[in-house]
Amino acid sequence: MIPAGFEYHRPADIRSAISILQEHGDAARVIAGGHSLIPMMKLRMTDIGHLVDLQAIGELKGVEVGAEKVTLGAMTTQAELIGNAALGAKIPLLREAALQIADPQVRYVGTVGGNVANGDPGNDMPGLMQCLDATYTLVGPDGTRDVAARDFYEAAYFTARGDEEILTRITIPVPAMKGYAYEKQKRKIGDYATAAAAVLVGGGKASVAMTNLSDTPIWSEAAGAALAKGDVEGCVAAAMGAIAPSEDMRGPIAFKKHVAEVILRRAIAKAQERAK
Amino acid sequence: MSKMHVKLKVNGQEVEGLAEPRTLLIHFLRENLRITGPHIGCETSHCGACTVDMNGKSVKSCTVFVAQANGADVTTVEGLVNADGSLGVIQEMFREHHGLQCGFCTPGMITRAHRLLQENPSPTEEEVRFGMAGNLCRCTGYQNIVKAILASADLLKGQKEAAE
Ligand SMILES: Cc1cc2nc3c(=O)[nH]c(=O)nc-3n(C[C@H](O)[C@H](O)[C@H](O)COP(=O)(O)OP(=O)(O)OC[C@H]3O[C@@H](n4cnc5c(N)ncnc54)[C@H](O)[C@@H]3O)c2cc1C
Repeated sequence: MIPAGFEYHRPADIRSAISILQEHGDAARVIAGGHSLIPMMKLRMTDIGHLVDLQAIGELKGVEVGAEKVTLGAMTTQAELIGNAALGAKIPLLREAALQIADPQVRYVGTVGGNVANGDPGNDMPGLMQCLDATYTLVGPDGTRDVAARDFYEAAYFTARGDEEILTRITIPVPAMKGYAYEKQKRKIGDYATAAAAVLVGGGKASVAMTNLSDTPIWSEAAGAALAKGDVEGCVAAAMGAIAPSEDMRGPIAFKKHVAEVILRRAIAKAQERAK
Repeated sequence: MSKMHVKLKVNGQEVEGLAEPRTLLIHFLRENLRITGPHIGCETSHCGACTVDMNGKSVKSCTVFVAQANGADVTTVEGLVNADGSLGVIQEMFREHHGLQCGFCTPGMITRAHRLLQENPSPTEEEVRFGMAGNLCRCTGYQNIVKAILASADLLKGQKEAAE
């Protein structure tokens, strides 16, 4: 399990990182926590000539908790997110989901930016960010732009991010909805979801997203609209109509749909209870 | 690929070496430095046998390039002994409570337990199980590992109080 050789870079700011990406084009890749990328490199599923380590870039760190929005630097680790009490009080859904990702060792190094930029349908943060209506800030050679999480995912491992862009920050509006839940079914600790659901509900509003049940996360506007009116059956029907799981080692399609419905109903019930 | 010069602190000592950037930290520790406490188990970031402490975090050293660890402060199970070379508290409690059988997972378990108790000196049994979830053991059924860690917590607290 030895990856192919590469040149290593550790730039100190975003500008230098981008110029390395520009110089080497397709052959260069950024590395954050490395806990999705290194396993892929060990399997020789990606070919990388130049690895650009983001660890020394201070601009990518830090969490700001405001009254109306929170901003997470891309290099915020899952453990830092979990340990931030102000953040946990403002958006408890984030913490509840992060605690269900991988295991302690992975959460110490795995970053929020890497989790959302990766494009793996198994990652938990993309669906979560769609549920929360987060916005990603991308910086590239042509400047800075914002892309909604709901518009970011195109297919498995294909996102709206250009090869020479770095995801720098994630901005999340503090949800008006008081009820929240992140429910996940996995085979064992440290496994990706067989199915997971993020639900926000309260004050006549709702938002529903699902993970690892299609080649992108699924945020269903219709499911949210139904739940906002208190129509649980309509919400479940809409979400179940929007997913498209495929068969893999986590089970056949019928099983995944079954698990998805169980998980979604649990998340809805928990979120509704908390909204009271 | 050319080798790079790496410099890190391992168990309190400055060490240096030449290595290809793709060298995994576990291989650098075991093969270049001959620090063979951390074990290679699954090699796929799951089992935790290779766990070391890096800059105050428990990490799976099979999933860290030595290039990323350049400049870091690393502690392995070898670094957790007492100053006189005798077993440290957690090591001693694993022995006393039979927290191991074949011993393969033990260095990772102890190194992880060390960080867990630094962060949470009085964990509940549930917190120990949650905090140790990244380390697999195929012998003990975990019961005695959990006991050993809870016993370590009590001892370490006692030591701290006595020192104050
Ligand atoms: C045993 C194990 C279990 C796991 N279980 C789960 C789980 O249950 N749920 C889950 O969600 N994840 C899981 N993961 C994945 C883990 O959360 C990863 O850490 C995460 O997916 C990626 O974050 P990273 O910082 O490690 O990114 P990296 O691995 O460094 O990068 C991932 C990808 O994103 C790109 N990238 C990283 N940062 C940026 C940036 N700022 N801008 C642009 N591109 C960037 C990289 O180029 C790469 O293509 C697991 C991993 C392991 C090893």
